[in-house]
Amino acid sequence: MVTIALERVGVMLGRRAVVEDASAVFAPGTLTGIVGPNGAGKSTLARAMLALVPATGTVRIDGADAAAMPRAELARRIAYLPQGQSLHWPLTVERLVGLGRLPHLAPMSRLSSADAAAIERAMERTEVLGLRNRIATELSGGERARVLFARALAVEAPALIVDEPLASLDPGHQIDAMDLLRTEADAGALVIAVLHDLTMAARYCDRLLIVDKGRIVADGTPRDVLTADLLRAVYGIDARIENGGDRPTITTLGRVRPSA
Amino acid sequence: MIRRPVLIAALAGLALAAAIASLGFGPVDLPVARLVAAATGHGDRIAAIILLELRLPRTLLALAVGAILGLAGAALQGYLRNPLAEPSVLGTSNAAALGGVAALYFGFAQMHPAALPLLSIGGALLSLALLFALAGRSESPLTLILAGIAVGTLAVAGTSLALNLSPNPFAAMEIMTWLLGSLENRSFQHVWIALPCVAIGMAMLLWNGRALDALTLGEDAARALGVDIGRTRLRLLVGTAIGVGGAVAVSGAIGFVGLIVPHLIRPLTDRSPSAILLPSAIGGAALLTLADLGVRIIPTTNELKLGVVTAFLGVPVFLIHLMREKRLW
Repeated sequence: MVTIALERVGVMLGRRAVVEDASAVFAPGTLTGIVGPNGAGKSTLARAMLALVPATGTVRIDGADAAAMPRAELARRIAYLPQGQSLHWPLTVERLVGLGRLPHLAPMSRLSSADAAAIERAMERTEVLGLRNRIATELSGGERARVLFARALAVEAPALIVDEPLASLDPGHQIDAMDLLRTEADAGALVIAVLHDLTMAARYCDRLLIVDKGRIVADGTPRDVLTADLLRAVYGIDARIENGGDRPTITTLGRVRPSA
Repeated sequence: MIRRPVLIAALAGLALAAAIASLGFGPVDLPVARLVAAATGHGDRIAAIILLELRLPRTLLALAVGAILGLAGAALQGYLRNPLAEPSVLGTSNAAALGGVAALYFGFAQMHPAALPLLSIGGALLSLALLFALAGRSESPLTLILAGIAVGTLAVAGTSLALNLSPNPFAAMEIMTWLLGSLENRSFQHVWIALPCVAIGMAMLLWNGRALDALTLGEDAARALGVDIGRTRLRLLVGTAIGVGGAVAVSGAIGFVGLIVPHLIRPLTDRSPSAILLPSAIGGAALLTLADLGVRIIPTTNELKLGVVTAFLGVPVFLIHLMREKRLW
């Protein structure tokens, strides 16, 4: 179990404030979606939670200041799947997923049977067991995304932060990925996902943070925050929101041009 | 892929065979029986002198220099995530060479045999300080490469200046000859200068295996896996400067070993950066010892220089890679 708390977090990249005054508390057992337009600061906010960018304010992991926490300690508590599919050497799938066990290894030690079991579980859950001996750089975009997802799951950390996990996945595998995040959260993990697909976000997340121009402009359940007014203001789109079922569905109707 | 213990044992066997051949072959061939007799103190005096004062230091230096060049190449390729990286991308080997050139140019080399190697190591350390000043705390590989190019170019310019201002053709020739790289006429004094540097450098570089593996996923993912990139970079730069500096100090600038050895080793491993570190060190030791053997047994009117042989070895290796890239082979 782990809790992440942001206290007035701000991030400057160069002279530009990319994240400003962000405060929020994330509890175990919840799946939180971070949504917002391109360049809103979603990924930077996620990176600030992992102390990957210099930030003002405080990020607390279980009450302790994340910036002062040893890297390995932080790595064991929060698994992170960054945006994109950067992969610099042609490793096999199994070797790549095994990198997720690095935070648990003592210096100069080898993978134990417990590590091997964790790697096996992670590959099974993302359905990449059949790819284990394939070279990861030679896989299709969708297969590679699942392998990298398995790499993050192999950490078996109590918290998981994923940045755009649905990119390059087909609709079926998108559902699989969201199901997996949901299962993690239901099992007690703290899960935060940066997402673009609003309907997916509404369907799976317990809570949504809407980020615009570096600020958290809305924070609540999907039904509370996803309103036509907010989507118009944040995304510049006209959308129909149906709250018929237990979760809202969003249909994009068109672009709203700001009147001069 | 070959299993790691098998690969390491095979490479170690090759390096050992190369070392034994290096002790035995030369202007005077010493068969194994005479080598053993000389080594155990039962042989003739001439054999003992050839073995202990000429061939042994030369062989030890070939092993050590080859090992650090191969290892530094492998570690830098991993860190910079660039298969074309080699020790000279940081400018260290050029700066160490400049230190040696300065010793020749100003005549310090004639005053004491240790002057040239020590100035050379000084050059490497100075380049390291300059590299830190230029690259600062930036963790981007590009910044480091740019800073390395700046340092390396400055060192090459300094070397050219020394050649340009040489008082006579003989002085220029002496510098040129040293720059081509050689292990001829090296004594145990050179071994004692190079070995500690190489040992420190190797220890610092071998320590980075896991961090280099994690960097396969990019810097953010590596840091989120617990890697301290700043410390990794520090170990890498200091290890390369001290190790390669020590190597260049006794052998001159020997190129291509750091570039081709990791390329030869990589297909035999699981291709992760950590898996090629130790095999590249042993493979580098074997390759340079064999190249140095080649220098002695290839008949030429002028003495063949080691750096020339390694440069020629680089060509076929890259042709094979080119053909593989184009799927011709």
